[in-house]
Amino acid sequence: MAGEVTKDYDQKTLWGGGRSPFSVSYGKMMMWFFLISDALTFGALLASLGFMKHQYIDVWPISEQVFTHFPFTHAHLPLLYVAVMTFILIVSSVTMVLAVEAGHRMDRKNVTFWLFWTVIGGAIFLGSQAWEWSTFIAGPDGDLSTWADNATLTQNLYGRGFTADNPIFAPVQYSQFFFFVTGFHGTHVLSGVVINLIILLGVVNGKYEKVGHYEMVEKVGLYWHFIDLVWVFVFTFYYLV
Amino acid sequence: MLRDDIIEYSLGVTHSEEAGKKIRKKVFFVTALLSIVTVVEVLIGVYWRPILGDTENTWSFVKAIFIALTVVKAGYIVMVFMHLGDERKMMKYFILLPYATFILYLLYLLFTEATFISEVVV
Repeated sequence: MAGEVTKDYDQKTLWGGGRSPFSVSYGKMMMWFFLISDALTFGALLASLGFMKHQYIDVWPISEQVFTHFPFTHAHLPLLYVAVMTFILIVSSVTMVLAVEAGHRMDRKNVTFWLFWTVIGGAIFLGSQAWEWSTFIAGPDGDLSTWADNATLTQNLYGRGFTADNPIFAPVQYSQFFFFVTGFHGTHVLSGVVINLIILLGVVNGKYEKVGHYEMVEKVGLYWHFIDLVWVFVFTFYYLV
Repeated sequence: MLRDDIIEYSLGVTHSEEAGKKIRKKVFFVTALLSIVTVVEVLIGVYWRPILGDTENTWSFVKAIFIALTVVKAGYIVMVFMHLGDERKMMKYFILLPYATFILYLLYLLFTEATFISEVVV
């Protein structure tokens, strides 16, 4: 059964030591190594965000008063859109778990179905982020149109810093961290969507049926859940706290 | 073609229909929990000021709640969605402990310095 070596194995798959460390396959272990290093990058990024917040503790803007917009309405809805984005990412994480679970049952049809919705969820999240960025650049009251007015961050009250003409007394690091943190996370989402799409094509073509297992889905699943995990922290430490 | 002559496959990557049902039940429970926690976080974020009053102490209290809820969410994602809870115990420690130690130490250093800068320099 699981983890026990009962037959002659291909030496390569045993890492040359005769046994798999921690009873984890090579690919999965390497994915965890990568995730730890990636988590260190994100951890450092969020820690430096915390440094800036503590340094400018009296003048740091309150995000729930900045992100109050929702598409197709001018109502004042603090943080609701960010919560919706969080929900989208959580749901796409769930569809990924279901794809992995279906893979464990060698159920190709269901793997295809759930992986497809995972890709869709990731794409919706990316679109939401694009909307959020353009809304943030266009200004807190939407007085600039990002496209028509050629709006830049320096016209935005949060991107101007401590200048005399700025009614909002906010450090320029607020918007810098917004773009860096959500941008770095968004890049991960983009690569995750592309990787999921490649794996989805493999599933549709019956590649993993031939290999005999769907562990590849599990490995990209780890990466996808990690993206969700990071967003949970970004949501708390950029938007809430 | 079912192959268990490859170690990658033989490490418990398949389960039965029955086990699948159980796992799905757990997944839906975690989904509901994560969604509810997110909604609660947003509601607290919007309403804590009028209800509790905006003072230094209440803000620290709310902050602590936010961080606790985040750790709960992160725990469920890592342990259930990423299956770390099902891995060997040593594997769990090997991944989580060095990381947690380093990041907590980094946070301690940075917050100490930032507080100093904000009180004395800025």
